Amino acid sequence: MNERPSFLLDGDEVPFDPGQTVMQAALAAGRYIPHLCYHPEFTPHGSCKLCTARVNGRLMAACTTPAGIATEVESETEELNDLRRTLVQMLFAEGNHFCPSCERSGNCVLQALGYDLGVMTAGFRHLFPDRPVDASHPEILLDFNRCILCELCVRAAREVDGKHVFSLAGRGIGKHLIVNAESGRLVDTDVKVTDKAVEVCPVGVILRKRVGFATPIGARRYDQSPISAQALADAPRPLERNHD
Amino acid sequence: MTEGTRRKLKVATTSLAGCFGCHMSLLDIDERLFLLLERIEFDRSPLTDIKHCGPCDIGIIEGGICNAENVHVLREFRANCKILVAMGACAVTGGLPAQRNHLDLGLCLQEVYLTDPGVAQGMIPNDPELPLPLDKVHPLHEVVKIDYFIPGCPPSADAIWKFLTDLIEGRTPKLGHGLIHYD
Repeated sequence: MNERPSFLLDGDEVPFDPGQTVMQAALAAGRYIPHLCYHPEFTPHGSCKLCTARVNGRLMAACTTPAGIATEVESETEELNDLRRTLVQMLFAEGNHFCPSCERSGNCVLQALGYDLGVMTAGFRHLFPDRPVDASHPEILLDFNRCILCELCVRAAREVDGKHVFSLAGRGIGKHLIVNAESGRLVDTDVKVTDKAVEVCPVGVILRKRVGFATPIGARRYDQSPISAQALADAPRPLERNHD
Repeated sequence: MTEGTRRKLKVATTSLAGCFGCHMSLLDIDERLFLLLERIEFDRSPLTDIKHCGPCDIGIIEGGICNAENVHVLREFRANCKILVAMGACAVTGGLPAQRNHLDLGLCLQEVYLTDPGVAQGMIPNDPELPLPLDKVHPLHEVVKIDYFIPGCPPSADAIWKFLTDLIEGRTPKLGHGLIHYD
């Protein structure tokens, strides 16, 4: 039996396969590293920085760092979780996240991360930006107020749906989600309600119409158990691996 | 110190730009109110109808800041309370009232009182008794220092109970899974 290479995650050995990232190896080994823009089905993006870990002493995004270069990784430290809390706070302060009136509340990854990390307030001055919604599509609502620029919809459309529906435009604080249509309206794109891009939004930007609060608040996904437990259940596990 | 001689903590509460839902949730701790009242006494609060707060150990504020009076009350609380707590989504984030923040206040008043049929007989209310609305609605921490936050719309009775008992017993208040909610 070949010995798989491994690195130390918070002091425990985590084996990995060549080509895996620190995040993939950790999740496969049943170890949770908080993350937001990482999704096991898509190319890592490394933009939200929630998964920042100390890899060989340096701060790096666990979702884009090859496991092969890691020998020692620290993730569950007060220092890193403090930084993660600040990132979540900044995302809440930057957009218009009115959870009590959001259809995604309870199923929202940003919110679930806030719960899990113990974020009690956005702390910063809320920007309250003015972002109109796009209700042009008969089956899909786009509420830009809640966009966190994770690009999961961009990646899902490109990599799974084989379309170019969404993109990010602008830079810095002016960066925003746009759709690929001359009119700028979702109805004029080739998006379908069955697209992966529609399903993957971690917050309440891309919403199927006429779903609303069919599942009541309190009975939703992250009301059941914390995201740290569910991310592990969702992660591709090495069950199918040939144990050679 | 024995139970009998322990000084009761003074607690003041108020609702600013809120709906009193958080106060209802506080009352929702039901019979635990009796246990609470063994340890605290209320100063200024809608429950006592005392109009101004004296020196207090804990101030609990529901609702955000939407008008000039809210600012005065909040500052009175901060000046008198050793520990100031923002209770509920509006106090913590601005909440539902803050959804007017991307609209022009003048246009809002015009729409409500002049354009739409209403009871104000075609004029924007201007009685000097009425506090002037602020241009934007703000969460409390943007105006004074807030020591603790209890999110939720409203926070559940269990969350409020856990928070208060932690605080009263001298523990760092901590809401775990199921008690911390933003909705």
